[in-house]
Formats: sequence, C-alpha cells, structure tokens
Amino acid sequence: MLDTLMLSRIQFATNISFHILFPSITIAMCWILFYFKCRYDFSKNPVWMRAYRFWVKIFALTFALGVVSGITMSFQFGTNWPGFMERVGNIAGPLLGYEVLTAFFLEATFLGIMLFGIRRVPSRIHTLATLLVAIGTTLSAFWIIALNSWMQTPAGFEMREGVAFPLDWWAIIFNPSFPYRLMHVLLASGLTAGFLVAGISAYRILKGDKKRAPYIALKTAVFMVAILAPLQAFVGDLHGLNTFEHQPQKVAAMEGVWETEKGAPLLLFAIPDEEERKNHFEIAIPNLASLILTHKIDGEIVGLNDFVGEHPPVKPVFFGFRIMVGLGLLMILISWSAVYLFLRRKELPKSLYKVLVAMSFSGWVATLAGWYVTEIGRQPYLVSGVLKTAEAVTTVPPSNVVFSLALYAIVYSFLLWAYIHTIFLMARRSVDVEEFETADPSMTPIPDTMFEGAGSNEGMIAGGVKI
Amino acid sequence: MTAEMYWLPIIFMALMGVAILAYAILDGYDLGVGILLPLNNESQRDTMIASIGPFWDANETWLVLAVGLLLIAFPSAHSAVLYHLYIPAVIMLIGLIMRGVAFDFRAKVAADYKYAWDCTFKAGSLITTLAQGYMLGLYVMGFRTDLEAQLFTLLSCFGVTAAYSLIGSAWLIMKTEGELQKRAIRWARTALKITFVGIIAVCIVNPIVNQGVFDKWFVYPRVMFVLLIPIVTLNLFVFLYFLLNRLPRVNDSYSWVPFVGVTGIFILSFIGLGFSFYPYIVPWNVTIWEAASAPESLKFILVGALIVVPTILMYTIFAYRIFRGKATELKYY
Ligand code: HDD
Ligand code: HEM
Ligand code: HEM
Repeated sequence: MLDTLMLSRIQFATNISFHILFPSITIAMCWILFYFKCRYDFSKNPVWMRAYRFWVKIFALTFALGVVSGITMSFQFGTNWPGFMERVGNIAGPLLGYEVLTAFFLEATFLGIMLFGIRRVPSRIHTLATLLVAIGTTLSAFWIIALNSWMQTPAGFEMREGVAFPLDWWAIIFNPSFPYRLMHVLLASGLTAGFLVAGISAYRILKGDKKRAPYIALKTAVFMVAILAPLQAFVGDLHGLNTFEHQPQKVAAMEGVWETEKGAPLLLFAIPDEEERKNHFEIAIPNLASLILTHKIDGEIVGLNDFVGEHPPVKPVFFGFRIMVGLGLLMILISWSAVYLFLRRKELPKSLYKVLVAMSFSGWVATLAGWYVTEIGRQPYLVSGVLKTAEAVTTVPPSNVVFSLALYAIVYSFLLWAYIHTIFLMARRSVDVEEFETADPSMTPIPDTMFEGAGSNEGMIAGGVKI
Repeated sequence: MTAEMYWLPIIFMALMGVAILAYAILDGYDLGVGILLPLNNESQRDTMIASIGPFWDANETWLVLAVGLLLIAFPSAHSAVLYHLYIPAVIMLIGLIMRGVAFDFRAKVAADYKYAWDCTFKAGSLITTLAQGYMLGLYVMGFRTDLEAQLFTLLSCFGVTAAYSLIGSAWLIMKTEGELQKRAIRWARTALKITFVGIIAVCIVNPIVNQGVFDKWFVYPRVMFVLLIPIVTLNLFVFLYFLLNRLPRVNDSYSWVPFVGVTGIFILSFIGLGFSFYPYIVPWNVTIWEAASAPESLKFILVGALIVVPTILMYTIFAYRIFRGKATELKYY
C-alpha cells in the first residue's frame, strides 16, 4: 500500500505536469499573437488579423486550462505539503504573493479585453491589451521560477529553529540558478508554442488549406524556432555548468557517472543500475563529459558513489536528460532544414510538413523531461540542503489522497484528450473558411465596425463562414 | 509584542477579508449565472454566458489572492484549515475546473457537444457553490463532524448556493433585457427567500453553538451598535422584496438596484461573520497573531500590495467600463 508521502508526490507531479503543459504554450504564444497584431496594425494587411484570430482562440482555450489547473496548484501546498509553508513559508509566501498581485490580475483582466473587446476599443488599445497579457504571463513565470530556483539553490536567508527567515530579498530572487532557469524556461516556451503553431499550420496546409494565413503563421513559427532552438542548446549548456557547480550530485545522475573520475566520457546511451551501482550497455564518447562540464579534457567529475543516500534516483534523471537534449537537437535539425528550404525554394516538400505535424507537441515532451530532470534531480530534498521532501508532507490519511488523486487523474486525462482533439478539429474546420482577402470588394463592411479599425475584417467576411 | 507584530497580522487579516469578500461578490455572480443556466433555451444560455465572459477569469483570481494571502500571512492556519477541508476543497477544485474549461470548450466544438459542455458548466458551478457552502458550514462549526454539525453544514450548502443564485440573477437583471430579464427577476424572487432563511438560520445557530460568538455580540453596550448590522440587512431584504415585485420598469430604470442591494447584503453578512470570529483564524484555536509569518516577509509583500492593489482596482474598473451596458452576442476573437 502506498503511503501518504508517495501518494502526495504522485499527486503533486500529476498536477504540476498537467499545469505546466498550458503555461509552456501560453507564455510564448501571447508574444506571437502580439507580433501578429502589430503586423496587422502597421500593414493593415488582413491576413495577419486572420492568423491572429485563429490562434487567439487556441490561446484562450489553453489559457483556460492553465488557469483552472493553476488554481489547483495553489491549494496543493496547504492540502499536501503543510511542512513546506511552515518551514520555508516566509520565503515562498511573498514570492507566490507577488505572482498573484503583479501577474495573475494583469493577465486575467486584460484577457477579457483581448478576447472580447476588439469591437469595443480602438485597435491600438486592443494591441496594448495583448501586450499586457503577454507581460503578465512572463511575469508569472518570473516569480514562480524565482521560487523554484530558490528551492534548487537557496540563498539570502538564515535558519532559526528550523524555520527559514529572509535576509536579503535580492539574493533570494536572483539566486544562483535563477537567471539560467528563467532563460531556459522562457526559451522552452518559445519552442513549445513555435512547434505547435508550425505543426497545426502544416496540418491545415496538408488538409488542403490554400489560404495565406496558415502559410504566414507557419513561416513565422519556423523562423522563430530556428533562432530559439540553438539558443536553447547554448543556454542549456550554461545551465548545466551552473548546476554542476551547485548541485553536483544532480549532474552526476544526469551523466550517469558512478565513480569520481578524470576525463569522464559522455554517455550517448546506457542503462544505469542503482542496485549494482554501474551502467549496462554503455555507448560513450571518451572524455567528452569532462570537456563539456569543466572545459578540460581530463577535468574531474564527482561520481554518485560520493553521495550515497544523498543523491536522486538515477534512471529518471538520466533518461529525462537524454530525451530533452535529443529533442533539442532534433528541433535544431528540423527548423534549420525548413528555413533552408524557405530561403532556397520557398516551397516545402510534403514530407517536411508531415514531420512538422508530428512535432506539434514535441515541446511538451521536452519540457516535461526537463522538469523531471530538475525536480527529481533535487530529491531527496524539497529545498536543497534545507528541507527534505518527507519532512514536508501532510498527515491526512492516504485514503483521502487516493480519492483526490483518482479524481484529478480522471478529469485531467479527459481534458487532455479533449484539448488535443479540439485543436485539430478547429484546424480542420478552418480549412473550408473562405479567404477573405479575395472577398468581393463590393461587400460593404458593417457600419459600426468601420471606424474601429480591427473590427473591419468582420464585415468583409460577413458573407463567408464565421470562424 | 512590538507594534509591528501587533499591526501586521491585523492588516493582513483585513486584506484577506477584502479578498474573500471581493471573491464572494464577483465570482459569486458568475457562479450564480452558471447555476441558473436554463437547459431548455440555448439563446438565453448564450446571452447569460456572454454577460460573464470577459470577467470570470479575473473574478476567480480573487480566490487565488485570498488563498495566497492566507498562505503568505498565516501559513500554519493555511495548513490547519486545509487539513480539515481536504475533501471539500478537492471537490470545489474539480467544480472550478469543470466550469472553467466548459466555458471555453462550448464556444469551439461542434453544436452537438455544446449542450454537453453547457451541462458541465452548470454542474461545475453547482458543485463549486455547494462545496464552498459546506466549507463555510464546517468552519463556522469549528470543524466538528457530529450529526448536528452535519445538518448545519447541509443548510449552509444550500444557503450559500441560494445566495450565489441571488447575486447571479441580480447581475442578469442588470445586464440583460426582454424575456431573459423577466426570467431573472423570477429567479431573484425565489433566491431572495431562500437566502433570507439561510441567513436567519446562521444568525440563530452561530451564537447558540459558539459560546464565544454569543459573548461577542450580546454585551451591553456593544450590542446596541452591532445589532445595526442585522437590522440594516433585514431592511435591505424587505426593500429588495418589494422592488423585485415591481421590476421590470419602463426604460429599464432601477435594473441596477438589485445588484447593489444584494452586494450590500453580502458585505453586511460578511462583516457580521468576520466580527464573530475575530481574532481567531482557526475558530477558537489559533489567533491571527499566533499564525502570522515573519514580519520581514509581511513587510516585503505589503509594500508591493500597497502599490499594486490600487493599480489592479484601476484596470478592473477600466475593464468593466469597456464592457458596460447590456450583454450582447459573444464574439470570440
Ligand atoms: C513557467 C511557468 C509556470 C510555472 C512553473 C507554474 N505556473 Fe502557474 N501559471 C503560469 C505559469 C507557470 C501562467 C503562464 O502565468 C498561467 C498559465 C495560464 C494562465 O492562465 O497563467 C498560470 C496560471 C496559474 C494560476 C491561475 C492564475 C489565474 O487565475 O489567472 C495559478 C493559481 C497558478 N498558475 C499557480 C501555480 C503554482 C502554485 C505553481 C507551482 C507550484 C505554478 N503555477 C507553476
Ligand atoms: C512547472 C514545471 C514543474 C514540473 C513539471 C515539476 C515536476 C515535479 C515532479 C515530477 C516532482 C516529483 C519529484 C519526486 O517526487 O521524485 C516535483 C516535486 C516537487 N516540486 Fe516540482 N515541478 C515543476 C515546477 C515546480 C515549481 C514551480 C514548484 C514550486 C514553486 C515546485 C515544487 C515542487 C514541490 C513542492 C515538490 C515536492 C513534491 C514531490 O517531491 O513530489 N515544482 N515536481
Ligand atoms: C538542446 C540542448 C539542451 C540542453 C543542453 C539542456 C540542458 C538542461 C539542463 C542541464 C537542465 C537541468 C538544470 C537543473 O536541473 O538544474 C535542463 C532543464 C530543463 N530543460 Fe533543458 N536543455 C536542452 C534543451 C531543452 C529543450 C529543447 C527544452 C524544451 C523545449 C528544454 C526544457 C527544459 C525545462 C523546462 C527544464 C526544467 C527547468 C529548468 O531547470 O530550467 N530543454 N535543461
């Protein structure tokens, strides 16, 4: 029988894994929408508005799922991890509080204007609302990543009778791993949203959509990921170096290094075995791990055997890391091929469209893999060196947690299915909608939308199908 | 105890009170609209949902702020309260998830699923309000679970649900017109009566089961002042009763009055309840001073709150101004 600790961990992991799927899209997608809207405002070319309107609906759906799962998250600390707030609440509380005050209200209020206000405010104000929502989601990431990074690499506090007291808020927020993690997470969001936009647009084109809108959305997304993907690899490398400095046991698990060694090889594949404390089926490149992490061919990497009882479970960290980096490299390869073809021939082959469709949700996989490396890699601690996960758990009976976990699991799996299903449905439905650019110019726009700028497309497609 | 250790918890208690009250009023009306959703009339459903469309997300954020403030300022109370409310809190969250997603899915799926999502929206709203009523009842009963307490919590479930329906229908009276508005007026009349019974019940039961509450209210001369709260509330009820019987009027005049009146009832009831339990945060067990977190943390967040909260109020008013007037068809962009 699983105990409350194990059940709470599974429940937390389920909830946060579900939650992060949606922020990882919304954070960057809102900036993409802002870009579409600006292009429209400056060029008045309605195709940009068309792209905006398709994606803003998917954004709204994603956002709603992010909000409801986020509200669940904010109850988790009290329901399952009372020790967390009692021991480090003096630090975690204000950071969470600032997230609510500066980010959540901003995004939630202006979201209303962004989604429903386009006919009620001038186009520029609507663009501003889009910008403010984008700033809100990014600020939200800023605060929550500050907290999470503090849990990885705590700083700026002192312990009195087992309770953490803040000494220096600047040091707490800008703790050693924060800049790297924030950059890495924001870039991850850019890649996740970028591949989603590219994938769904490619899907529409494959389904016979000849309009301009999916094409320009695809092109925008592909160029975006082509820039972000290599940046991500670079930032990820810096991030790894930072982790190597502050959490060497995590890096040892990521690299599968058991014995402390000089000139450690980079393992492309292996199956770590914690019982025998060695790897099976190693495929390795000699000295490369040392070179990457210490920038010396025979640099020393401290092995897991130096951290017995204090290091995380090895397998999930080891494989999670390889999945993430593997996908990161694949993303570079695919986006660069697409950009190359765009620049050369301006016409992508069908097979590349199919590859892009297949990659639609690759960002999710990489993001989750990355978070699992980070979070499992911190175990057995909840706050590195300060608080162990087992000390923070609630005393509610396991049966209660089984109840809640089962409910969440059922609801979440259904919602995940409904979400993906609906996105593809929306993509298919938009295929038959007419291209309004070629709409009959004699069709007069609805009078009251004329002077409202952005609303005028509405009139132009009044004869067509409303999407 | 230093002055700041005395005042900071009180300030945060007040802030939390404002957040809970704002939540009850704002998410109250959109939950109420959800509960009232008529399953037999699609166009009315569309208008009703359109009337809350631009607001519901921001409204729910007040819940996050209230829970957040509890967590920030009174971490041990946060754990203690949620320990007792584990199951109802989970059920409430499921309800909130159902309605939050249904709201968005309904606009995007084929017509045959729309009805199912509307049912989900209604059911989710109902589950949420019942769970909140249950939690309120348990809290007032000091987390007792005997039969007496169970009966009271049951009453509280329906009372809170009725109160949310009341404010929801008052919102609709203000934001809609024609048939739907007439319907909303009928809903409001029924909800007004049930809410009245519920509030009376709490007023009687609360001082009887909680000696502390009794001592708080019924000491001379304080009783002369605090009794103003129930008296004004009663007058508001009577006033609304007669007003609702006369609505709708020509030119739609007074259609905004029920909402203001119900808001008044919410505020007064909340003050009454808060007064009963102050300064306890976990009833009869933990006071706000015992549960408060470190002054350096409270000060850090207070500085931000003083700057940010007025800004939030400003842009919230801005958003309500943009969407003022009667709700029309929901246009998604
Ligand atoms: C990297 C980004 C990120 C991470 C790691 C988290 N969140 Fe989140 N969260 C967001 C980024 C975000 C967001 C982008 O701001 C969301 C997603 C969609 C949305 O509406 O806002 C959001 C929504 C959101 C909401 C609803 C806000 C509203 O009402 O508008 C809450 C209460 C939380 N989150 C709470 C949490 C908690 C307690 C977390 C961790 C334990 C957490 N989030 C992790
Ligand atoms: C957003 C992406 C995140 C993901 C996918 C994620 C994933 C996980 C996973 C898988 C665990 C379980 C590790 C284990 O028990 O072996 C965990 C633990 C935990 N994480 Fe995160 N995490 C994320 C962000 C955060 C953030 C932002 C916070 C806090 C601010 C946080 C706080 C915690 C806590 C309190 C635990 C302890 C519970 C546990 O050990 O299961 N996490 N997380
Ligand atoms: C391509 C090369 C990449 C490298 C070298 C890399 C490196 C890393 C490292 C070392 C960590 C763990 C840091 C720690 O736990 O302290 C990490 C975490 C993470 N990675 Fe990557 N990564 C890469 C690609 C990606 C991609 C493509 C994504 C998603 C689209 C991604 C998303 C994440 C996330 C969400 C985390 C957890 C949050 C964090 O700690 O930053 N990574 N990455």
